[in-house]
Amino acid sequence: MQRRRRSRKRVIPGFGVGLGVTVAMVSIIVLIPLISIVISTLHLTFAEFITTIAKPRVLHAFWVSISCSLCAAVVNLILGVLLAWVLVRYQFPFRRLMDGLLELPFALPTAIAGIALTSLTVNTGWVGSLFARAGISVAYTRLGITIALIFVGIPFVARTVQPVLEKLDPTYEEAADLMGAGRGLIFRRIILPELRPAALTGFGLAFARGLGEYGSVVFIAGNQPYKTEIAPLLIYSQLQEYDYGEATAIALVMLIIAFVLLFLMNHIQVRASRRTSG
Amino acid sequence: MKKSGPGKYILIAVCVIFVALFLVLPLVFVLVQAFKDGILPYLANIGDYYSLKALGLTLKTMVICLVVNTIIGIIAAWTVTRYQFALKKVLTTFLDIPLSVSPIIAGLLYILTFGRSSVLYPFLSSHNINIVYAVPGIVLVTIFVTLPYISREVIPVLEAKGTDEEEAAALMGAGALTIFRKVTFPHIKWSLLYGAVLCAARAMGEFGAVSIISGHLRGVTNTLPLHIEILYNEFKYAPAFAVSSLLVFLAIVLLIIRNVAELQGKKREKEV
Repeated sequence: MQRRRRSRKRVIPGFGVGLGVTVAMVSIIVLIPLISIVISTLHLTFAEFITTIAKPRVLHAFWVSISCSLCAAVVNLILGVLLAWVLVRYQFPFRRLMDGLLELPFALPTAIAGIALTSLTVNTGWVGSLFARAGISVAYTRLGITIALIFVGIPFVARTVQPVLEKLDPTYEEAADLMGAGRGLIFRRIILPELRPAALTGFGLAFARGLGEYGSVVFIAGNQPYKTEIAPLLIYSQLQEYDYGEATAIALVMLIIAFVLLFLMNHIQVRASRRTSG
Repeated sequence: MKKSGPGKYILIAVCVIFVALFLVLPLVFVLVQAFKDGILPYLANIGDYYSLKALGLTLKTMVICLVVNTIIGIIAAWTVTRYQFALKKVLTTFLDIPLSVSPIIAGLLYILTFGRSSVLYPFLSSHNINIVYAVPGIVLVTIFVTLPYISREVIPVLEAKGTDEEEAAALMGAGALTIFRKVTFPHIKWSLLYGAVLCAARAMGEFGAVSIISGHLRGVTNTLPLHIEILYNEFKYAPAFAVSSLLVFLAIVLLIIRNVAELQGKKREKEV
């Protein structure tokens, strides 16, 4: 009751407690740990930081992480839009089941996905033996890493595009259809522009997830330095050797990449909402 | 609309094949491998002392994490959507940061905060508080990793609903708790459940962050996913998949609850 008098804008009581609890929890759980990595990097000089990052093994691990997660995110972008399209626009048996299964990668522990995908794709596995006949190894190669990352990233694009597609007003498509536009043209000129922000956001989320992914990848990667070693694994092995400096330097680069991606996605979303509201 | 031709069936077929290969096949594979030797060896593998200990730790972590994050999630979503205040955007950004941080880095952050190299370490060790390489560390990183899951689901619902009903209730003299219970909660019920399911799933399966901070003491700081890793790396494939099947069943149950929550939530949206 007293609070109501103090601020005319805040009619609903409980502001102090709500803000207090939220800020305290966010500080303890997120802010303090982030500050501690900044403090740890202060122990490194800039030259040390650069020499750590510029080591061939580190650079190669970054290259493997970035290239594999980029490939996986592109595959997820294409298949995600396709999955969303099929699930929203078509009726077919087991559609609900397929829709429900789509979030399996969120529900299934990544380590289990990792050992299952690895056992399936080794040269003697159910799927791997088919590829082995053609002379292609899947497990313990970059192809294997990409496959694990595709699995992990499946829900992102499909789930961001689906709601947009559901709300899409069909009258524009019908109008274009009546005026004689082909299906390809309708998709490119009318549907795609509407889906683009959502699809790009999903792509960014899948890419960011892939860059940091560890559980599903360690099993299938084989983890050979200069070949299939990913950046998160490098941090892990530095920590096992109590080399905090090197681990922190690599982590800092990954954090910066992650925040840049986060910033870009926010930018896309802000622009998209301006477009639809304006 | 134009009648869809064969293109429709090709697109459906591509999706079905993709889902079958990438989602159904791994799931079936785990179950087949788990029950390969029959039901008795399966039960023996699950009933193993260290497996049960690991399962206990995983469930305990999951429950603590779920309770803590549900409380934080609700309060955060309420605060962010019911009030106007400065730096709100900064607060929501920080709330979402764990989503874009690699689990390995999450583990590293907590080692740097509470481990030997931390400024807090002398204080913690003199009070005999063990966080790193102990259960509290496992619980803390899991809370970090799943922090945004619930608020992210609840905030859009509350934003879409607006604050009129709460303001009316407040003007009629209702306290914050009553308003939440009677006015807000019925609207966010299903999205809250949806977020809680995602949180629970991630908490039970978290691997990277927990792996860094756990110390891998069998029977003490080994969660089920870590236990699966150990079994798998020792080439004990049948036990590894048997133990995995427990989490697979749990994952399927969570998926079903999630789908029910989504369906109910959509129904509610239509009614309003």
